[in-house]
Amino acid sequence: MGMETENYECSHVAVLESEAIQIFREVAAELERPVLLFSGGKDSIVMARLAQKAFWPGSLPFPLMHVDTGHNFPEVIEFRDRLVAELGAELLVASVQDAIDAGRVKEETGPRASRNRLQTVALLDGLREHGFDAAFGGARRDEERARAKERIFSFRDDFGAWDPKNQRPELWSIYNGRIQRGESVRVFPLSNWTELDVWQYIASERLELPSIYFAHRREVFRRDGMLYAKSPFVELLPGEEPFETTVRYRTVGDMSCTGGVESLAATIDEVVLEIASTRITERGETRADDRATEAAMEDRKREGYF
Amino acid sequence: MDRPVESDPPPALDAEAATSGAEAWLAAKTGGLGAPTAGSDLLRLATAGSVDDGKSTLIGRLLYDSKQLPDDLLEQITQTSRRRGDEYVDLALLTDGLRAEREQGITIDVAYRYFHTPRRKFIIADTPGHVQYTRNMVTGTSTADLSLILIDARKGIVEQSQRHMFISSLLGVPHVVVCINKMDLVDWDEAVYDRICDEFRAFAAKLDIQDLAFIPMSALLGDNVVERSESMRWYEGVPLLYHLEHVHIASDRNLVDMRFPVQWVVRPMSHEHHDYRGYAGQVAGGVLRVNDEVIVLPSGRRSRIAGIDTYDGPLEAAFPPLSVTVRLTDDLDVSRGDMICRPTNQPAIVRGIDATVCWMAETPLTTGKTYLLKHTTRTVKAVVEDVMYRIDMRTLHREEGVQELGLNEIGRLILRTGTPLLVDDYRRNRATGSFILIDAATNETVGAGVLLHSAVHGADIPVAKNLTWHEGTVSRARRWEALGQRGATVWLTGLSGSGKSTIATALEERLVGAGRFAYVLDGDNLRHGLNSDLGFDERSRTENVRRAGEVARLLADAGAIVLVGLISPSEADRQRVRQMHADHDLNYVEVHVDTSLETCEARDPKGLYAKARRGEIESFTGVSAPYEPPSSPDLRLTGDEPLPDAVDRLLALLVEREIVDVD
Repeated sequence: MGMETENYECSHVAVLESEAIQIFREVAAELERPVLLFSGGKDSIVMARLAQKAFWPGSLPFPLMHVDTGHNFPEVIEFRDRLVAELGAELLVASVQDAIDAGRVKEETGPRASRNRLQTVALLDGLREHGFDAAFGGARRDEERARAKERIFSFRDDFGAWDPKNQRPELWSIYNGRIQRGESVRVFPLSNWTELDVWQYIASERLELPSIYFAHRREVFRRDGMLYAKSPFVELLPGEEPFETTVRYRTVGDMSCTGGVESLAATIDEVVLEIASTRITERGETRADDRATEAAMEDRKREGYF
Repeated sequence: MDRPVESDPPPALDAEAATSGAEAWLAAKTGGLGAPTAGSDLLRLATAGSVDDGKSTLIGRLLYDSKQLPDDLLEQITQTSRRRGDEYVDLALLTDGLRAEREQGITIDVAYRYFHTPRRKFIIADTPGHVQYTRNMVTGTSTADLSLILIDARKGIVEQSQRHMFISSLLGVPHVVVCINKMDLVDWDEAVYDRICDEFRAFAAKLDIQDLAFIPMSALLGDNVVERSESMRWYEGVPLLYHLEHVHIASDRNLVDMRFPVQWVVRPMSHEHHDYRGYAGQVAGGVLRVNDEVIVLPSGRRSRIAGIDTYDGPLEAAFPPLSVTVRLTDDLDVSRGDMICRPTNQPAIVRGIDATVCWMAETPLTTGKTYLLKHTTRTVKAVVEDVMYRIDMRTLHREEGVQELGLNEIGRLILRTGTPLLVDDYRRNRATGSFILIDAATNETVGAGVLLHSAVHGADIPVAKNLTWHEGTVSRARRWEALGQRGATVWLTGLSGSGKSTIATALEERLVGAGRFAYVLDGDNLRHGLNSDLGFDERSRTENVRRAGEVARLLADAGAIVLVGLISPSEADRQRVRQMHADHDLNYVEVHVDTSLETCEARDPKGLYAKARRGEIESFTGVSAPYEPPSSPDLRLTGDEPLPDAVDRLLALLVEREIVDVD
C-alpha cells in the first residue's frame, strides 16, 4: 500500500487502510456478534477487502448480511454471490420483500415509489433475528452532512435509533464499544475516506467491481435531472421517454432511487480521473433518497437507517 | 460567491466516443486541482471558533479556492441562506450538518470535512469554540497534527483563542498556525499584525507548543488563504494552503520507542495455517524489525520477532501507524492488552496515574468513584484518589481544593488502577499516553485523559508486584515529634554552575546553625557512590534523578530537611520526584536557580563548559543537551542576586510553608 520502508513514510491511502483495519479488529475483540453489511456496491467491496486483511490468514470472524430490497441491479447480485463464494464467508439476506409479505411494512405505490425507507425495517429485523450487536457499514462522512457529524462507533438504542445530540465522544483511536443488552453499535471504518480515496484504493488493490460502475450502454429515462435505468420496478410518468446512452453508476442503491451519470469512464483509472475532477457529490448526483428534504438523511438515521 | 451556472447535461454520447475520445472528454471536464498522488500523505487539522471570527468562511474559502466545493452543496446552502433571509451565502452552513445547528445558526458538534491537493489529503475537524463545548474541542483536537487558530484582527486575542491554544498544547498538537483574520478591516496594517503576534507569542511561551506560525489574512476576500495577498506585500511568509501542504509531519511520529499493543490474536486453525499464531495490532511507536529481540509486557517474557505479516505479504519493518500481524520465535502466552516492546526500552508499568483529564459528562467526576479506564487495548478499573486541581477554562488559572470535575472541566487527577497499565508520557507518545474513562453503569464515555507526569522509568526495572511497603512500629509523627521538626525536601534545579550547591550549602549552614537537622544531597557526590554506575544519556539521567529523589524522600521521612542540588534537566523527571513526595504526603519545594547560560559559562567553576565547547564532554546540559526550565517552580532564584538575599528568600518560603520556624 504505497509504503516506503526506507524513510518510514506511507501514503494517505495506506494510513486510511491501517486505521480501518484497527477498527475492524477492535470491534471483533470487544463485541460479541458483529456482522458486515454487504450490498455488493463499491464501498462494501472495499470493506470486505479490509476485513479480509484485518484477520488474515484467519478467516472473517463474522458473517455478511445483505439488506435486499428486491429491486437490485441483476449485475450486482451476481457479483455479490461470486465474491462471497471467493471469500468463503457466510451471507445472510434480510429481505424487504419478506417484511412486506409478513405485513411488517406497507409498500409505497405510484411512479415515485421506493423501497428505500422500508430497508430500515428489514435491517432491524435482520439484526434482531440473528442477535447481532455490531454492524459494520461502509458509510463515509463526505457523503452527506448528517454523516459528517456521526461517530465511527455510532451507538444505537433498542430500536436502532440514532440520537445526534447524545453521541459518545470519540478521541484518538480509542473506541468505546460497551453496550447494554439489546443495544447495538453501527461501525463505519470508512468514515474518513472520500469517494476519491475509495476509488484510489480500488485502483491500488486492483479490486473487481460490478460492471455497472463503468461506462456501458443502457436504456434510461430522465427524471429530476437524473438518469434512471428503465426497469420493471419503476413506473414512467407521462412525458418520460426512455432512450439509450452511455452511463455509469457512482453509487449502487436500488434501481428505484439510484441514478446513473453520463460517462465514458470505462476503466478504474478513468473513473479515478473523473472523480478527481467532478463538481458534484455522489449522493447529490445520483441518489433520490437524499433529495427528499434537507435533513432526509438525518431523519432516516434517527429511525435506524445507516 | 458567484460561479458560472453549469450548462445543461451533455448530450447523449455514442459508443465510439467511449473508446476514442474518453481522455479528451475528461480533460475538458477537469476543473479541480487533481487527485492526491500515490505518494501524498495525510494531514489532520483542527479548528475551533464561532461564526463571527470567520472560521467557517475560511473553511469555505479553502474548499472553494481549492476547487472542492461541490456545486450541489453550494446550491443547497444558497437556498437555505435565502430562505432564512440572509444577505449573503452563509458558508457556515457547509459545516453545520445537523438540523438543530442550521436552525439555530450554531455549531454543536465536531464536523469533519475533507479536501485534497496533489500534495496532500486534508481532514478538517471543525469544532465549536465556546466554553460549553470544550469537550467537543478536545475530541476534535485529539488526533490533530495541526491546530488552526483564528483571531479577528480588530479584536486581538480573546479568551477563546487562549482556550484553543491551551487545549492544543495539552493535547500535544505539534503544529499551530495562528491566522490573523479580517486584515481588510484594519487597513492591512502591519503594526496591528505585529502587535497581535507579540501578544500571542508571550502567551504561547507559557505553553508547550513546538511549532508556531502566524499568517495575516482576509478569509472573506481570499488574501493569503490560497493566493498570496497583493494588499499585504510586507508579509514575507507563505499563504495558508501552501503552509498546510508543506508543514513537515512525518517526524512527529515517535519512531524511537517500540510499542506494539496486541489487539487480536490470529489463530486460523485451518489446514493451511495449522500452527500459525500471530499478534495483530497497530504500531503505536518505534520501528519493529524481523529478528528484533523483544519483551512481552506485563509478563516480561522475552523472544524475537520471527515475521511481520500482512495480507499483501511479509514486511521487513513496521512503523506507526501501520496495522500488521507479528509472529514471535517462541510460543508464549500473549493476549489482547499485552504490549510488545524492546527489553532496553520499556514503558512504565504503573497503577498510580497522574493525569490531566477533560470531563465530558453531565454527572460530575467525584473523588472516590470507580470508572473503567481504556488505554490502548486494555480496559481496567480505576478509582479517583484525588483531584489535585481544576483549571478554570475562562482564566486558565488553577483552582485547588476541589473534589470534583464538572462537564467540560479540565483538571489534574490521581487515579489508581486495579491492574497495572503500560504507559508513556503523552508528550513522548500520544497513543500510549492517552486514555478514556467510561462509566460502567451507563457505558458512556465520560472523560479523556493524558498522562503528563506518570512514573516513566526507561530501563529494565522489574515489576515489584510481590513487594509491599514495610511499616515500622514508630510512626512518622512520633519520630518527627522526638526530633522536634518536620522532614521536607528542597529541590534545587538549574544549569551546571548556576549556584545550586552554593545556595544549598549556605542554607544548610543557616538551618544547622539554628539547631535544625538539615542535609545537603549533592548531585556530584551521589555520582561518586550510589549513582557511580550511571552515565549521562537520557535514560541514565532519568535514573539519576529518580534515585536522588528516592533518597531524599527517605531522608525527609526520617525527619531531615533535605537540600538537593541536581541539574535535573527534564521536567518530567522532576515531576516524578514531586509526585513520589506527594504520594508519601511529604513536603516538597522546587527551586529553580535560574542563572543564565552566559553567566554559568563565564563562571565555569569546574572548567566543564570549556570542555563541552571543545567537544570533550558529550551531552552537556545547556551546550549539547537540553535543559527544560520548570514551568511552575515554588521559587525562582537568579544567580545574580547576592547569596544572603537568595538564602533569605528561600528560608522565608520554608517558614511560610510551615516547614521550619526559624528566622
